[in-house]
Amino acid sequence: MEQILANGLYLGAQYALIALGLTLIFALMNVLNFAHGQMYVLGGFVTYTVYAQLGLPFIVGLFASALTLAIVGALIEKFLFRPVIRRSSREESTMLLAAGIAFFLDAVILLVFGEKQRGVPKIVNGVLNWDFRLIMPYDRILIGFLAILAIVSFILFMQYSKTGRAMRALAQDRVAAQLQGVNVDRYSMIGFALGAMLAGLVGGLLVTITGVNLGMGGPTSIKAFMMVMIGGAGVISGAIAGGFILGMMESIGLSVLSQYGDITYLAIFASLMVFLAIRPQGLMGKPWG
Amino acid sequence: MKRNQIFALAAFLFVVLIGVPWLIQVTGRWDFYYTLTSVALLSIASAGVWLTFYIGRINIGQGAYALAGGYFSAILVTKLGVSFWLALPLAGIFTAVVSIFIGWPILRLRGVYFAMVTLVLTEVARLTALAMPVTNGAKGITSIPLPSGIASLENTKLGFYYVAVALMILVFAAMYRLVNSRIGHLCRSLQQNEELASSIGVNITYLRIIAYSISSFFGGIAGAMFVAISQSIYPSSFQVADSVNFMLNCFLGGLGYVFGPMLGTLVLYFGWDLLFQTGKLQLLIYSSLLILLMLVLPNGLLSIRLSSLFGDRK
Repeated sequence: MEQILANGLYLGAQYALIALGLTLIFALMNVLNFAHGQMYVLGGFVTYTVYAQLGLPFIVGLFASALTLAIVGALIEKFLFRPVIRRSSREESTMLLAAGIAFFLDAVILLVFGEKQRGVPKIVNGVLNWDFRLIMPYDRILIGFLAILAIVSFILFMQYSKTGRAMRALAQDRVAAQLQGVNVDRYSMIGFALGAMLAGLVGGLLVTITGVNLGMGGPTSIKAFMMVMIGGAGVISGAIAGGFILGMMESIGLSVLSQYGDITYLAIFASLMVFLAIRPQGLMGKPWG
Repeated sequence: MKRNQIFALAAFLFVVLIGVPWLIQVTGRWDFYYTLTSVALLSIASAGVWLTFYIGRINIGQGAYALAGGYFSAILVTKLGVSFWLALPLAGIFTAVVSIFIGWPILRLRGVYFAMVTLVLTEVARLTALAMPVTNGAKGITSIPLPSGIASLENTKLGFYYVAVALMILVFAAMYRLVNSRIGHLCRSLQQNEELASSIGVNITYLRIIAYSISSFFGGIAGAMFVAISQSIYPSSFQVADSVNFMLNCFLGGLGYVFGPMLGTLVLYFGWDLLFQTGKLQLLIYSSLLILLMLVLPNGLLSIRLSSLFGDRK
């Protein structure tokens, strides 16, 4: 039981970080970022290149991932989403654009990094063994700890910095924020960059555990969508809750349902459907806000 | 029906039933039969997506129903020895029934919320196919016998082409009829404002489920037909990328026009096929073109037609 809980917490921290980026972008711009999983994969490959290929310290790789994705995110917002949002007559167009970007990033990753599964050497060796009730490699503990640290600093940033306040105002009411003198274009760009950066950061963190390959993008986006559905779209606390809930459910499902075959996700989806029938806006979302 | 509409229909039938086979005969490009058959079947699935859009929902879950229909017919044909021609409509009915149970809760969602949950549905269908014993896991179901009538033909490609085109014509005729019927007008009222429609007395829950199950029926028969042609099905036969492509077909062809999905599928599928020669760069060029298209024409191909028709330039 302790093992299941620890696994769930560790998974949940990663998932929450992915969902945070997605929900931030959604809250600020009403864009469903299909390319989120691809951004995560790109982050993983950047860390792989810096840490495993160039031999620099892991933390440098992590920073390189975050920085690369922040730049990519900012460019995508400025040159792709902004003109399309301005000119299109319905909000679905941005979904198409996001799907196109997802394909594009897939193609770029394929050309630059190839299609092989890539792993990196362990960052710390050894395994924590607490009386055989809880067995966890030290590197997982470290990664889980770093992920929680990132979540906490993200919340503090959103809560207390000027940029964070501006973004929260933007998410609440775009027009009102603009009337208060918030530079909407600038903070949309920062928000998108921040969301992409979070995806890159998780990619960099998880490459040390699971490795990275081209095919991980789509499934990651889907998991992120599920978390956002659970927690409520566009709400930061919801994304964190959704991430931890999905992590726990996956961890419990994998150990309890394993005797029936690989049906964890089927069970999770079925319960998600029942949940959505009762509460379509998710745990913390505003009804059709 | 107006006279020029009848003329256009006759011209279309002539081209697909006589013109295309003749051209292929002359040029000897037999591989085009497969391409065109795929276009016909994909446009049936896209027609389903278009119909869900007609009630104001973005459906990225059509791949799930295509997969379900494909597996259902494959299992009927291989395990129970049912004739394919019976399995085809049964697969459609099966997916329609499944979609009623799935649609009932999720059709309450709107906008990107519905889009997200249908996208998740596609992935869940793949995982289900992997996990269930009856679908044979990752190995899939292979060496499915050809449908009885077509197997005896000398040229199976031509046979499949005619069947697929006939199905496509039936589906689009049904769609045209549906959209121009009372139900179609009611669906349009849902697209514009559900609360208003509901306040006038439209049973929106019932209507949404009807439209969604018809849409899934199209997905199911398209999937079943595909399986008959490729004689095999795997959990990866229809996945998230396919679901997204069905949606792209509709958007590209234009959402305000019944035959939009057909046009969109033709353009996208042929575009993808033509880019095959560029090898590794295929996906890069394709996605760049998509992004460019969105930048230049954020409202879809049809917006050219509309703006030139009404002469408004924004």
